[in-house]
Amino acid sequence: MPAMTLPEKILARAAGLDTVRPGQIVTCAIDLLMMHDSGGPRRVAARLERLGARVWDPSKVVVVSDHFVPATDLDGAEILALTRRWAAAHGLTHYDGIGICHVVLQEHGHVRPGMFCVGGDSHSPSGGAVGAYMVGVGATEITGALVTGTLWIKVPETLRVRIDGALAPGVAAKDVMLHLCATLGMNNDRYVVEYGGSAVAALSMSERLVLCNMTAELGGETGIVEPDTATEAALRAAGVPDAIDYARWRSDPDAPVARTIAIDGSRLPPQVAAPHSPANSRDVGEAERVRVDQAYIGACTGAKLSDLRMAAQVLRGRKVAKGTRLLIAPASTAMTAEAAREGTLATLTEAGAILLPTGCGACAGMGAGMLAAGETCIASTARNFKGRMGSPDARVWLGSPYTVAASAIAGHIADPRSFLA
Amino acid sequence: MSAPIVRRGRAFVFGDQIDTDVLAPGPYMKKPLSELARHCMEAVDPGFASRVRPGDIVVGGVGFGIGSSREQAVQALLELGVGAVVAKGFARIFYRNALNLGLPALVCEDLEASAGDEIEVFPVEGRVINHTRRREYACEPIPAALMEVVAAGGLVPWLEHRLGPRSG
Ligand code: SF4
Repeated sequence: MPAMTLPEKILARAAGLDTVRPGQIVTCAIDLLMMHDSGGPRRVAARLERLGARVWDPSKVVVVSDHFVPATDLDGAEILALTRRWAAAHGLTHYDGIGICHVVLQEHGHVRPGMFCVGGDSHSPSGGAVGAYMVGVGATEITGALVTGTLWIKVPETLRVRIDGALAPGVAAKDVMLHLCATLGMNNDRYVVEYGGSAVAALSMSERLVLCNMTAELGGETGIVEPDTATEAALRAAGVPDAIDYARWRSDPDAPVARTIAIDGSRLPPQVAAPHSPANSRDVGEAERVRVDQAYIGACTGAKLSDLRMAAQVLRGRKVAKGTRLLIAPASTAMTAEAAREGTLATLTEAGAILLPTGCGACAGMGAGMLAAGETCIASTARNFKGRMGSPDARVWLGSPYTVAASAIAGHIADPRSFLA
Repeated sequence: MSAPIVRRGRAFVFGDQIDTDVLAPGPYMKKPLSELARHCMEAVDPGFASRVRPGDIVVGGVGFGIGSSREQAVQALLELGVGAVVAKGFARIFYRNALNLGLPALVCEDLEASAGDEIEVFPVEGRVINHTRRREYACEPIPAALMEVVAAGGLVPWLEHRLGPRSG
């Protein structure tokens, strides 16, 4: 059998084939389908009805309400009510307002190595952190997938990103991805990105999620990390007892890849992306002294427990600058609870942070924390497109939770390393 | 069978990386499509929604539709009557969404067009004519596996046809 990369092995398995090769169009059986309140029932219900069809396998479908939670107006409340009713009527697992979809799926062990998963959200590549092949699609395609249980995929070429050399203190997976956005650009739709190397092996599952999640910003088909003992430990914690078939779910050493990028993690300084694109990234030193009105720690990318801890490390014993507001919207209620238990939350609030509800919130301009015209924000979110967080005349910078926290203290964009000494 | 898809209209020309927040701004995502569509492209061209007329052609650069999976980015264009999008490259979800919703999306690296040029698009044949410049350009053909879906007018009508009459 020809050597294959991990993503190729998963696609071949899902398509019922021995092998696949880049460029081939294959129809894959879906192991898990995720949809959320924004792109889910509100958009597929009428279409399914029109087709007179039923969900192909309710045990493989998970609904997560996260975009409009908690409701801030009547439109949102109605969408959430419809989502609740529809999920119940179809017998689907529904996580209602307890966290952001990509994080919740992994917290509850729904995504496992070797699975082929489909999500109704562009950051669905997050599932790759666990060694699954997970792609994002729109609501019409979700409708089709709900009916047929399948999705067609044009087998992508593999782009391998090798990161060796431990990341320096104050540098996180987010900095790696901002750096990659600047060097690879955002139009890599031909590729599935496979992240590996000693620095990746040393990353927590939360940080691996950031790599895969922001593959969406690279425009890639999806991202993936080979499962290892850290993956297995995370799955155990999420209540998945099965052992991982390590020999199967890895790239064959001689499998051809289209391109390999090597990064020395130890030499990477903190990165920030200037408005209005993640590809506008640069070393934080080139942006220092940009004044910020709002610092936002939120989103699947940037408000997990590990992110809250990064912020706390910087904020401990310090205060948010006058004239700057620091908003924090944790990625799940379970993570908020843990942050409270261990004292991380107190560190954040004592520094003057304003705690917001769990959910997508201002990341997509849907909840608390919107920006007025002329305002500048630095956010730990994944994208800073014009108008995304409120006014089209607002300016959003991106940075790691360390950098966002440091900027909140300084009142302007700041290098977090000087606060960690 | 469905009539051959041909679209003809005036060009609205945009640059690279027109993202889904420009096409369907987050703050209006809870609103009905008709209202959301009025804000389509406003961050880069505030007059677009009021000037575009049914059949007009959107011309983009590389990375058209990058960002979110929201298909309102496609539906806002359809709501405004846009006949087709021709771009140097599309983000993968936007491309799938466009075809799934029956909006022809053609990859054409060479197309030269200025605002207002008269453009005719032949999605099935994979060519574009700029009548103003009297020039024809070849495009990347839509993958065969998708052609059926596009010809049916999108994924839902295609599935409707495939699943047969409603069993109730
Ligand atoms: S937090 Fe932001 S990036 Fe993550 S799923 Fe929600 S809207 Fe998307």
